[in-house]
Amino acid sequence: MIDLIYLAVLLPLIGFLVNGIFGSRIKNEKVIGLIGSGAIGLAFLVVAGAFLQTLSLPVDQRTNYVELFTWIKAGGLHINAAYQVDQLSLVMGLIVTGVGFIIHVYSIGYMHGDKSVWRFFAYLNLFIFAMMNLILADNFVLMFLGWEGVGLCSYLLIGFWYDKPFEKSTTSAAGMKAFVVNRIGDVGFLLGMFLIYLTFNSLNFTDVFARASSFDVPGSVFTLITLFLFIGATGKSAQIPLFVWLPDAMAGPTPVSALIHAATMVTAGVYMIARTSLLYAMAPTTMMIVAVIGVFTAFFAATIGLVQNDIKKVLAYSTISQLGYMFLAMGVGAFSAGIFHLMTHAFFKALLFLGAGSVIHSMHAQQDIRYFGGLKKYMPVTYGTFLVAAFAISGIPPFSGFFSKDEILWYSYTNVGFFFWLLGAITAVLTAFYIFRIHFLTFNGTPRFDEKRTHPHESPKVMTIPLIILAVLSAVGGFIGIPEIFSGENGNVFSTWLAPVFKAAELKLSYFGSYSHFEELLFMSISVVGAIAGILTARYIYLSKPEIAESTARKYGRVYKILLNKYYIDEVYESTVVKPIINGSKSFLWKMFDVKLIDGFVNGLAGSVSNASKYLRKLQTGVVQLYALVMIVGILLALFWVILSL
Amino acid sequence: MQIPIEYYLILSAALFITGVIGVLIRRNAIMVFMCIELMLNSANLTLVTFSSYLGNSIGQLFVFFVMAVAAAEASVGLAIIIALFRNKLTVNIDEINIFKW
Repeated sequence: MIDLIYLAVLLPLIGFLVNGIFGSRIKNEKVIGLIGSGAIGLAFLVVAGAFLQTLSLPVDQRTNYVELFTWIKAGGLHINAAYQVDQLSLVMGLIVTGVGFIIHVYSIGYMHGDKSVWRFFAYLNLFIFAMMNLILADNFVLMFLGWEGVGLCSYLLIGFWYDKPFEKSTTSAAGMKAFVVNRIGDVGFLLGMFLIYLTFNSLNFTDVFARASSFDVPGSVFTLITLFLFIGATGKSAQIPLFVWLPDAMAGPTPVSALIHAATMVTAGVYMIARTSLLYAMAPTTMMIVAVIGVFTAFFAATIGLVQNDIKKVLAYSTISQLGYMFLAMGVGAFSAGIFHLMTHAFFKALLFLGAGSVIHSMHAQQDIRYFGGLKKYMPVTYGTFLVAAFAISGIPPFSGFFSKDEILWYSYTNVGFFFWLLGAITAVLTAFYIFRIHFLTFNGTPRFDEKRTHPHESPKVMTIPLIILAVLSAVGGFIGIPEIFSGENGNVFSTWLAPVFKAAELKLSYFGSYSHFEELLFMSISVVGAIAGILTARYIYLSKPEIAESTARKYGRVYKILLNKYYIDEVYESTVVKPIINGSKSFLWKMFDVKLIDGFVNGLAGSVSNASKYLRKLQTGVVQLYALVMIVGILLALFWVILSL
Repeated sequence: MQIPIEYYLILSAALFITGVIGVLIRRNAIMVFMCIELMLNSANLTLVTFSSYLGNSIGQLFVFFVMAVAAAEASVGLAIIIALFRNKLTVNIDEINIFKW
């Protein structure tokens, strides 16, 4: 099956082509949905087959390459369309196609009745195609192709309901914002790629990593390369300072938020750092920057998430915050812990989004938690599965989030320092609080909507079964990564599986220090107790004493307002970056440079030709004999010239 | 005794120059036309001269081509002149200058 891995890329592409070209003529929604999810389901089977085959191989033969064709050949540059099937890309592939398949099935129910279901499934399949290229690529260029492809699909799907108003403008404007912000990051990725080629004379992962260890390259070059790549990662994975697009990306349909803006695409930056971990390991400065940005993003996004009222907005900030954890893990050199969190996060955050989608679906597109309440009795399955996901993200054992988050927190303490652990643990408490805030406000308490006019109902089976599958995964997914303190030497199946990929990088980093089991257990208990405290606080405030929330908000009015307005980051960017660029473009680039210089040059050239021909055309007298005379004089001159030069 | 080659060439050049001058100064289109024929024939004469001088028959072969082309050209040219005359009632090429700016 490893040799057939290209099918996992090809099948979504076929699905995209079929639905994209013939979709508008297939009137039957079910057929469209079947083609769309079938393609991904088959791709999942292919990846799963490759996974099982790799599992049966000895550890040192688990990295395989599948070359398809020579893609670019120019001078010394030689780029193959080739896929790298190793432990890391298989884990990512399973997540993308597995969670992707579940979300595709869910979309059949969610998008039922929409006027262009075919377009939706075509875009989703195109997304999976691009994402699989990103994951499986064995060189930077193919990875970049996927990187750009997922960005395009993200843009297309955010603006899927392009005529729908969203906040102050439209969903297309939100899509545009995502696209432009991502473009800033992509410039970083490109510059990093250029610098890699300049330094190592190759863009192939294997060659670059081999040369990174053997070439004598100054450390500053590594710092620069990794920083550029990291800029790309901050754009794609919504980290400070380029996170502003993700909350707006919630304008898209909810399955899109679940698939692209929670489970898969936004984790591409984390994956990229994991893939190039060796380069990062050689640039300790960048590692520190990544860790700092990660932990601060986690904290800041969590604080914003505390007060938002749109259920999807809270989940968006929660995603940014959880991505921050993953970057923290990358920055402290706990690569497999980061990927582990990526996986569990894909489960529980997709589940949270799909649960929110289920609620929104039955509440007729209402997204404001202030108008929910008491939905537990109407939607028991959604309630139950959402609760599982909420426990998972809060880090309550034995749900999956506990294992992954705790591993990251522990490594951030051992590898970097107490401060990182502290900020991460505080974020964990905030996470538990805000996630249960929306949980209680949505499902518990008394209904705050008009029960006579709105009749909430449980979603159809095609939506609830994906919820249940994801709930099971969120609940038990953590057991493959039980920390060694409980499971013994090499008992952490997940990190043992990934270890060969990160071995080189971890050798370079080589953190020392011994920590007692008591310490680890202490830190673990503190974060669990903190999470439980967060949940109980949310329960106390939003179920027992709702008036506390309001009085607190009024008491700390200024803080509340700052948080509600997301630290005014959007406004700051608007006035410091967007406005100057627009004004500069308008007054200088358009009215000066384009109109005066470019147009002036082109029009001037045409005008001077026209002026010159006004005089030159007089030469054309219409007298044939004059032409003959000129010709003969010319011939004579030429003859003389020839004779004289003899 | 053999006539030296220079004689032929000088005669040919004289014919050619006569043709050129005719083309440049005559007003009557038919005369201009005949001067062109004169130039062609001077070239023919040169070809024949060199052909016999070098003992190579390719030059004479060329002459036939030139004559054939000249005949075709004469028929087309005369037809144009007749058409012109029917339109303008003149064959004075000074007056036929409608293709100007």
